Formats: sequence, structure tokens, C-alpha cells
Amino acid sequence: MRHVVSVLVDNQAGVLSRVIGLFSGRGFNIESLSVAPTLDPTKSKMVITTTGNEQVLEQIKKQLNKLINVVKVIDYVGKEYVEREMIMVKVKAKDETRAEVLRIADIFRAKVVDISSNSYTLALTGDKGKLEGFIEILHPIGILDFIRTGTIVIEREMHTRRKLSL
Amino acid sequence: MKRLSGACAFIEALRCEGVKHVFGFPGGAVLDIFDAIMDAPDIEFILTRHEQGAVHAADGYARSSGKVGVCLVTSGPGATNTVTGIATAYMDSIPVVIFTGQVPTHLIGNDAFQEADIVGITRPCTKHNYLVKDIADLARVIKEAFYIARTGRSGPVLVDLPKDIMKDTIAFKYPDKVELDSYCPTYKGHLGQIKRIVDLILKSNKPVIYAGGGVIHSNASEELVNFARTMQVPVTTTLMGLGAFPSGDPLSLGMLGMHGTYAANMAVTDTDCLIAIGARFDDRVTGKIDEFAPKAKIIHIDIDPTSISKNVKVDLPVVGDCKMVLQGMLSQIREQKDEIRELHDHIRPWLECIDKWKKDQPLKYSQGSAIKPQYVIEMIDKLAPDDTIISTEVGQNQMWTAQFYKFQEPRLFLTSGGLGTMGYGFPAAIGAQVAFPDRTVIDIAGDGSIQMNIQELATVVQYNLPVKVMILNNGYLGMVRQWQALFYKKRYSQTSLAVSPDYVKLAEAYGARGLRVENPGDVKDAIQQALAIKGPVFVDFVVEPEEDVYPMVPAGAPINNMLLV
Repeated sequence: MRHVVSVLVDNQAGVLSRVIGLFSGRGFNIESLSVAPTLDPTKSKMVITTTGNEQVLEQIKKQLNKLINVVKVIDYVGKEYVEREMIMVKVKAKDETRAEVLRIADIFRAKVVDISSNSYTLALTGDKGKLEGFIEILHPIGILDFIRTGTIVIEREMHTRRKLSL
Repeated sequence: MKRLSGACAFIEALRCEGVKHVFGFPGGAVLDIFDAIMDAPDIEFILTRHEQGAVHAADGYARSSGKVGVCLVTSGPGATNTVTGIATAYMDSIPVVIFTGQVPTHLIGNDAFQEADIVGITRPCTKHNYLVKDIADLARVIKEAFYIARTGRSGPVLVDLPKDIMKDTIAFKYPDKVELDSYCPTYKGHLGQIKRIVDLILKSNKPVIYAGGGVIHSNASEELVNFARTMQVPVTTTLMGLGAFPSGDPLSLGMLGMHGTYAANMAVTDTDCLIAIGARFDDRVTGKIDEFAPKAKIIHIDIDPTSISKNVKVDLPVVGDCKMVLQGMLSQIREQKDEIRELHDHIRPWLECIDKWKKDQPLKYSQGSAIKPQYVIEMIDKLAPDDTIISTEVGQNQMWTAQFYKFQEPRLFLTSGGLGTMGYGFPAAIGAQVAFPDRTVIDIAGDGSIQMNIQELATVVQYNLPVKVMILNNGYLGMVRQWQALFYKKRYSQTSLAVSPDYVKLAEAYGARGLRVENPGDVKDAIQQALAIKGPVFVDFVVEPEEDVYPMVPAGAPINNMLLV
């Protein structure tokens, strides 16, 4: 099962490796990871996405809580949250596909962030599903380069059953 | 305020922590600290002959006294040599603070001479570790290191001290308290849960207490004994828990697990209510996990939430200090005299059943013409004073000691349980002897293990530490040989120690005394003689070469599936 876990930590050298060490020490793969300081510059927030069985994940959450530099661990499973990720894709854009790429970008509300005579670089934010759909569509046209940030999440304030896709 | 050098501030910080003994080994990166040590006659430094020995000694000091053990070594190889000792302390939750030298801060990461990233290396085997990069942090870091080491589930903490920080100066002030917003161990157990535990035990028909090292770490032995006797619940202990419950008590089942007693393993398999206290369901205890205590509701009391439901699904967990939770349980039952009487009535058949198991299959061995190692241990138990501290190495010597030496009190048994570190016992005995100079300290060793830290003979002679080392010399790496005999068709690959030193001459070469015993009839005299000698002694018992440890549960089998003698 996919888990999104956020970890509030002290913003210090070596803390990231303590956290990551818990995953690697148990043979657990991290799918994505993003880290940045919070509004309080002495703390950082990490968002880790991973898949694994409940028991191992429960153990990892306890172990994370046990680390001296970890302030708080939140598992978003069962919670309502907004999830975002960003990708930048360099797409082949020759005469016949140039307009098509722009149309796709428009449909997904992606931004053109760089241009050359035979390519466009597009930036897009969204959740996992939207980004993967975008990549799938662009793939036959020819992806020259591709980079993806880790997932970030924030809990929703309105706990509606219906997921608002804004 | 007077300005102090980093090295002097370090010594001052140790004083503030009440440190009286430091084990270690000098080197280039810690020259300033060792220079400052010369001016600190109130802190006794014990120079071991290897850094691994220094950590094990600090560990033995901590286990026997309950105080934090302290170790100081240099950078690079000095630091890396401590890793086995640190991992040993980590697995058994022993409070030790290890100070390592480091190259000057501007050289860190440059592959400088004797540089090692010891903070990186020890990250997975310390409770926490620090690199001090600013002298302003030094006092706070040392305060935190001692605090973290001894609180919660105790464990080793390493502090890396770059050379330039030790030369720098600061107006020294030791903080009064620790401010760690993300570290606050739970000591007091949840009252509702404590009540539910007591109710569950009162309703059970076949309760068993399974006590581990946590009972000893939290000094909860008295409460455990009190609770078990009041309720008449039998107690089995893990290797780490030996001594937490007096083995002479009729309710004692002895150790459980791979080399546990028949009664303990049968009781745990049959119990309907298993009360785990400060134990962590290690694989050497549980055997095949799906068939461990299959009929039982499981209660688990532990200070470390990560231990709960880690291996075995727990029905009733309580996070808290064993001592405080047991105190809570005791005050809970104070008002329940009638229920307790009822419990006594309906568990009588269970206690009778356990007594029958004990009588049917006691720990036993047969005498022969050669000395039996179990006999040596029984004789040591008989002849040594009651407050004798026993350490062991790892392997058959360790298991026989656990089985045949009857520990009546906590903190008298020092052994590497979790990591199983050969070479642990001798330096650990040194630490215990430093903590208790007037007590008898005995290392029960094998001829394989003793050679792994034999250089510490120089240390015991130098400080006149009267440690007695009883070597059960069978000419083999006995426990591995036993597995090869049982599961590898007696193919003794690399387990025969064809060449061994003459331990008598070796001890004498270092300036200690050496004795050799070859006949069962001489065992008693030799032990008495060794105990009477004022200084360190090696006694080389030439024992039955192919004696095995029984009972034995084959790896991965359920624990009621025992090979018996």
C-alpha cells in the first residue's frame, strides 16, 4: 500500500541520513522524497512516499519517532489531503508536432519554461495521476529529458467526503 | 568567568556528570584531552590495550553499577575499533558515552591522517551521536549525551570531538537542564491499561511472566519479585533478565528460548496469559514466531514503543518504565485480596503442572572421566561469594553459565545477549572490577572467545584488578561445532582450535597467575585457590571436548520442540 509520510525534523546536518537510514536499514524503498525548511528555519519538513505492508510501516513510524531529531511524524493514510508534485519535460517539437505539444500543454495547464527550434520544455504541477497522464500523452511525441520533484502534501481543512479537485 | 580550553571544559563537564572512571586509549587527535587528564586526579583513567576493550569495560561498568560508562579514544582507527563495543551496548540497551577524537574541523572530509566519519559509521548502532563543530555547543552536547544515554530505553551515545575544538577556549558553563523538545520518554504507564492488565491476569488460568533486561535496567527486580509472589505467577527470564528474579525461588522457571529450560519453554507454549516485562521477543527467545505462546493473550510492558508489536502481535500493551508500571500493578492489586485468593485457587493445577515439568526434565549433564564444563560452573557458583559478578564470553560458555549458575540478584551477570560478541567478557569484567574493587569478579570464558581480547591481561596486571578468568578449554569453537555436529553431519569446518597458547605461561608472561586443571577431582581446589589469590588469575580447565548445550531448540523450530540430553 502506498503511504505518504511527513516528518518534521531539526534542520541540522546528518538528520536526513538518520531518517533515510531507517528505511534502507529495513530494505525499504523510498519512492519519492522532498525536504525543505519550514517557516521556523530551525526545522525542516520531509515528505516521503513509500509502499509497504502495514506492520513494517508501523514499525518505521515508531522508529522515526524514536530519533532524537524527529519532532513529529504524520502518516496521511486515511486523511484528506492535497498532494502536489512538479515535473519539467523537454519534448521534441519539430514542424508537424510543434502545435500539438502546445495544445497538450494547454489542456493540462502546463507552462512553457524554455523553447528552442526543435523542443519545448514544459513545467506542470499536479498529483501523481495527472502527471503520469501527461507523460503518457507526451511519450509518443518524444521526451528528450525529464525531471520530477518529490510529492508534497498538506492536510485539507474541510473534511468533505468528496475530494475537491481544484 | 574563567576561560577554559575545550579539553579542560571537557574534563569539567565530566566532573559535572559525576564521572569517576574513564576507559580508553590515547592518540594524536586527543592529545589535548589526555594532557588535561593529567591534572584531573579525581577522574581515574584506565588504559586498556585495545579500544574495543575500552568500550566493553565501560559497558561492564555500566551494567554492574547502573551508572553511565565512559570511554575516550582517538580519531580514525581508535574510533572504528570502538564500533563492535558500541553495537554490543546498543543491542543490550546499555548506557555508555563514547568520546572520540576527530581531526581538526577544517580537515574534516579531506581524508586527513587518522580521519574516519565515525558519526556516519555509528549512526545505526548508537541511540544518538554528535559531532561538535563549535566549542559553544560542547557543554550542551555532553549534557545531552549523558541524559540521552541513561534515560528512556538507555543506550550508547557517541560524541566526536575535533582537535581544534579541544584547543579553542570558552567561558565554561554547564547547563542545568536539558532542552530537547523532541525527546521525552514515557515513564508512567497508562492507568487504564494497568488496570486491564491486572484484570486479565486475575482471570487467567495459566499465567507466566516473561521478564527481560528492561527489568534490570529500570531496577524493578524488587517490584517484580513482589508482584510474582503475591499473585503466585511463575517467572521465566531471558538471558538479559537473569538475576531479575531469584533463580532459587520456587516460582522461577529459569531461562526460556533456544537453550531455555524444559519447564520454561513448555510453560510459555501452554500459557493463556503471557506477561512480557522489559523483553523484546527476540528470535532466540521465540523460536518459530507463529507458534510462540499460541494460546496466550499477550501483555507487553516496555519503555520503548518500537518494541511493542514488533515481532509478536500484543493484545495489551503498556508503554512505560517497568518499575513504575509494576508499582502501578502492585497498588492496583492491594485492594483485590479476594480476587487474588481466587486466582491462587484456580491456578494451583497450573503450578503443579509446572513443578512436574521441572522434575521430569531438569537441567542435567552426566559426569565422565574428563571435566564437564557444567560442573566447573556449578562449583564456581558454590564457592564464589554471593555478590560475585559473573561475566561471560559468547557461545557454549555463555549458555552453560546462564543455565547452571544460579543468579539470585540483578546486575551480577554481564553478557553480550543481542549482538553475541566474542571477547566481551574479559574487558567487561575489568569494568565491573573497577566499579566494585572489593567484590569478586569472574569471567567464564571459552578458549575461542578469550583470545579475542586477551591483550587486556596487561590492563588487569597494570591496575592490579583481581579478575578471575575461568577458561572452559575444549579446543573448539564449541557452539559452532555443536551446530556442525547436529545440522552439518559433523563436518567440523574451521572450528577446531588446533593451536592455542599455554594459558598458564601466557598469564605468567603478563605478570598474572595461571593455573591448569585436568581432573574433575581438582576443580574445587583450583577454584578455591584462584579465589584466594589477591591478583588476576587465569584458570585453564581442560574440559570434555565435545560436550553440547542442552536443551536446544533448532533454529526456526517452535520452542516446545526441544532436543534434550
